[in-house]
This record gives sequence, C-alpha cells and structure tokens, in this order.
Amino acid sequence: MKNNSNLSVLLKGILKENPVFVLILGTCPTLAMTKNVGDAFGMGLAALAVLLCSNILVSLLRKVIPDTVRIPCYIVIIASFVTIVQMIVKAFLPELDENLGVFLPLITVNCIILGRAEMFAGKNSVGKSALDGIGMGLGFTLALVLMSTVREVLGNASFAGHAIAFLEPYKIKFMVEAPGGMLVYGCLIALVYVITKGKAPLKKSFSCAGCPNAANCHTACTELPAESGEKGDA
Amino acid sequence: MELFESLIVILLGSVLVNNYVLAQFMGICPFLGVSKKLDQATGMGIAVTAVMLLATAVTWPIQYFLLDKVGLGYMQTIVFILVIASLVQMLELLLKKFSPALHKGLGVYLPLITTNCAVLGVAINNIDEGYTFLESMVNSLGVGLGFLLAMVLFSGLRSRIDESKVPKPFRGLAVTLIAASFISLAFMGFAGIVDALFA
Repeated sequence: MKNNSNLSVLLKGILKENPVFVLILGTCPTLAMTKNVGDAFGMGLAALAVLLCSNILVSLLRKVIPDTVRIPCYIVIIASFVTIVQMIVKAFLPELDENLGVFLPLITVNCIILGRAEMFAGKNSVGKSALDGIGMGLGFTLALVLMSTVREVLGNASFAGHAIAFLEPYKIKFMVEAPGGMLVYGCLIALVYVITKGKAPLKKSFSCAGCPNAANCHTACTELPAESGEKGDA
Repeated sequence: MELFESLIVILLGSVLVNNYVLAQFMGICPFLGVSKKLDQATGMGIAVTAVMLLATAVTWPIQYFLLDKVGLGYMQTIVFILVIASLVQMLELLLKKFSPALHKGLGVYLPLITTNCAVLGVAINNIDEGYTFLESMVNSLGVGLGFLLAMVLFSGLRSRIDESKVPKPFRGLAVTLIAASFISLAFMGFAGIVDALFA
C-alpha cells in the first residue's frame, strides 16, 4: 500500500492483497458459491459490481459523512447497490439468481465490501477508489473461479458444465459438497503462502485483532483477548 | 400433533442436516475467529442464538405486515440489515445499562454479530421458505443451536491443533479450515436422518 501509483492500486487486489487468499475476507460466499465455475463467476461479478459502485459513492461522500455514523451509512449504501444488482440479476439472469439464492442479498454483509469502504474508499480519491474496487473485485472473482475450477474438476469431472470424459471414473464426490470447499480453501491458502514465500501480509491467525473491520466493533476486539499474539509470528 | 412433528423436523433439520456453518457456509467468520477457547465459543454461540431469535421476531412481522402490504418487498435487504443492526446496537446498550454482568459475558460478542451473514441469512431464508411465524422462530432457534453446537465441537478440536506440529505453510488458518472440513464431513452423515424420523 506504500506505493500508491494507480497501477499498483489496481493490481494489488489480484495477488498481493488478494481479498480471499491473503486478507481472508468474504469467506462465506467463497466457500458456498464455488461448487461450479459458472456460479462462482456470477457471484464474483455481482460482488465486483457492488464493490465498484459502493467504493465510488463512499469515496464521493467521504467528506459529507460524519465519522461517528460512517458504518451505518456505508451499510445503507452497500445494501442499496445490492438491491439494484439483485433486481438486475432477477430480471435478466433468473437461472443465476436461483443458484446464488440467499447469497445474493448476503453480498450486503460480505466483509470485502465493507472492509474496502472502511479501509480504502473512505480515505482515498474517487478514481483510486474505483480502481481499488475493480482490482479487489477481480481478485475476488479470480479466487472464486480458481477454487471452483479445482472443486468442479475433481468433484464433478467437468469444467463450467463441460464434462471431462477421462476423469469421469475418478470423481471425488465430496469435493462439491460442503467439506470439500473448506479443504480446497485451506490448501489454496497454504499454496498462496508458498508462492508469495510468506511475504504477503497473510494473517496467520484468524481472529478479531487481525480483522480489517476491527474498528467497527472495537469494544469486542479490545475486550476479547488478542488471540493473534499467542503464537507469535511463527 | 402434526404441527409438533413438523416443528421437530424443522428444528432437527436446521440443527443437524442444514447446519448453517458446516453445510450452508454462513457465519464462517465468527466460527473461525472466536472458536479458540471453549468459553468464548459458547458465549458467541448463545449470543448468536439470542440475536437470531430476536431478529426473526422483528423481521417476520415487518415483511408480512409492512413491506408486503405496501408492495415494497424488494426493500427486504435494506430494511432487514438496518433493523438487525439497530436491534443489536440497542440490545448492547440495554445490556450495558441494566445487566453489566450479562454484558460482560455476552455483550462483547454483540457488535461482531451485526454483520454476521448467518443472522441476515436466517431472516431472509425464513421468508423465502414461506414459514409461518411459529415455524420461523423454531427454525431460528435450530439454526442458532446448530451454530452453538458447531462452535463448541470445533473449539475442542482447535485446542488439539494448537498443541500439534503443523507444517509451516499450513499454520494458522489453513489447518483450521481443513479441520473444519472434517467436522463438516462428519455432519454430512446426518443427511436423511430427519426424513426418516416420522416415516
């Protein structure tokens, strides 16, 4: 984040600060919507649209919104865009709407979006916030597509609906069920750690203290013992 | 009796078969974040159950008696998140003022729950499934208890992980997720149990 050139703002979301594998945000849709590549792509694009719009609006209004009530304001902005996206998807892509189900409205509480509003858009210019929204949204989409590729190929012997014949006898059924999602996610996080050689600010311990939304709920975070410090930076 | 049976089916279904954390992937953040110690996991679980019941008790009438009546069904997401967020805030203030002991035990978890997708998820799901008010409340109770169950089970598992030697890239979240995957695998065994209950 030190280098604030526009390109790096755009690109950091894709690997260096990938919201899914490095910042560990938005875990719920990541796990739930990666059973097949099509749904994952749709989910990623829906979140990208909301993220881009909310980042722009939050950034535009950053001098108007009083600091004390900024979180409720952000939530209303995000929920409005989610509703718009929800209506568009319902109207033009009813099949996707059915597959995403409750996770479409749940984009509202996806912590990537609130997290970016709080960490970036609330402090930066409109242009940069838009770039950040696109970068983070693309990073999210890429991560979802990558994870769903692994799950669909292994679990269903197909890619984006096209069957892969020679894998047919070797389906690992549970990959497309709930446990497979967590297993693949865990392995991919470890893989990203290896690729980035541990240089990415990967949160080794998932706890309140390390949460980028910590400021939203500081009472909870200060009163809960800081769990991240326990094991040191092993 | 029939009503009772259908309620039991909903309750067991949401606790075991469609466990929100382990099968539906909602509320993963607190599940991974606050499950390190048993007492914290229990506190979080109870707080989530309470908020879910309260949120359902408020959002169900709002949907049927307000939004649907005036044809504003599409405002569901915005209204629900606002109602739940203010509800949680008020609850925290009230607890702080009138029952500091309870606030110390449960109140600290409340702000974390505001943006927990399981709470909004259960409120929306109750409407989508077309549940009656009673069924909605039972479903919310089941979902909350299922969350509590998953948290308590998982905190036990995590204390074992902490004592074991994990390869470096897997340390932290990666191994935690893989452990969660095994619990989830165990819960898959419950599929079908509810349908056979009254067959």
